[in-house]
Amino acid sequence: MSQWKNFNKGFIRENPVFVLLLGMCPTLGVTSTALNGLGMGLATLFVLLMSNIVVSLVKDFIPDKVRIPSFIVIIATFVTIVDLVMAGYVPVLHEQLGLFIPLIVVNCIVLGRAEAFASKHSFTSSLIDGLGMGLGFTFALTLLGSVREVIGSLSLFGYKFIEGDGVLVFILPPGAFLALGYLIAVMNKLKKA
Amino acid sequence: MEYLIIVVSAIFINNIVLSQFLGVCPFLGVSNRLSTSFGMTGAVIFVMTLATIATYLINYFILQPYDIVFLQTISYILVIASLVQMVEIILKKVSPALFQALGVYLPLITTNCAILGVAILVIQKEYNLLESVVFAISHALGFGLALILFSGIREHMDLAEVPPGIRGVPAALIVAGLLSLAFMGFTGIV
Repeated sequence: MSQWKNFNKGFIRENPVFVLLLGMCPTLGVTSTALNGLGMGLATLFVLLMSNIVVSLVKDFIPDKVRIPSFIVIIATFVTIVDLVMAGYVPVLHEQLGLFIPLIVVNCIVLGRAEAFASKHSFTSSLIDGLGMGLGFTFALTLLGSVREVIGSLSLFGYKFIEGDGVLVFILPPGAFLALGYLIAVMNKLKKA
Repeated sequence: MEYLIIVVSAIFINNIVLSQFLGVCPFLGVSNRLSTSFGMTGAVIFVMTLATIATYLINYFILQPYDIVFLQTISYILVIASLVQMVEIILKKVSPALFQALGVYLPLITTNCAILGVAILVIQKEYNLLESVVFAISHALGFGLALILFSGIREHMDLAEVPPGIRGVPAALIVAGLLSLAFMGFTGIV
């Protein structure tokens, strides 16, 4: 598989959210606005990239039996770094994402890529895989956040383009399920075409 | 009265799956059959209660006295992972029947973000130990209620005629959305 294919598989073909259905909790939980989706996506991208790099570097030193706990410790380390950095530099975003930042640890995508890809492939491939998958996740979250924000409050990235109230339910929890359901249906259609 | 409010608000108003979006992966993953969702509910109630007690004690007796609260995420996830493993080993020895019933669901629980989420929420809300236990059990019951309702609906959906475009996952998500909409009706009763 060429590196370019390895990189772009995360966007449509193996998109973590739309196709693999991994990491649903943050996907649904934080995407009430496009900005929150983007922030969460970038935080996950960082953790995914760093953990993929470290796992691919240390994979030869870790005994097979304790591999999963070791991966979890590596991931949790980077999650703690993200948590503290965000609390320091972007406190408002940190406040809004809240509980979902420590929960990146149990995001199935991160452990999934470490186990299924980084523990078997070279440093370069793992780096590109982490970047591709992370950007695919960010893309999905930003898209879902934009759809919900546009319909729900008639604005995008906080910029209001029509006066008045939107369909409020799309900002509330039920809207997350509905919007994601229809987005996946559209993605399925696109994939077949 | 305080405890009653915690219970009602955890099960109905702030339902862990339908309004807080924790534990959505098992919610979508094991909800195909009613029987499997009962098994999963049992396992979640069991592990969530134990994990909350364990992380509560760690927080107040180790992390806070030594001023290493920034290790919260790492220590909690390790404790939960090893707790699940330990519960599995002990159950196998002590109660084979219960192990049979919960067996396959236990390993899945480590990656259930509801467990870690509740453990962190309890600390954030500064509950005491008893309140934490009540909080954990009622959140687990809320998870079970949502899961069982959802899998009941999905079993019926197998027989329904769904438009080809949204068959499968999209339809399941839309059903979850409607269920979540229904639960929003509970808002404001406490």
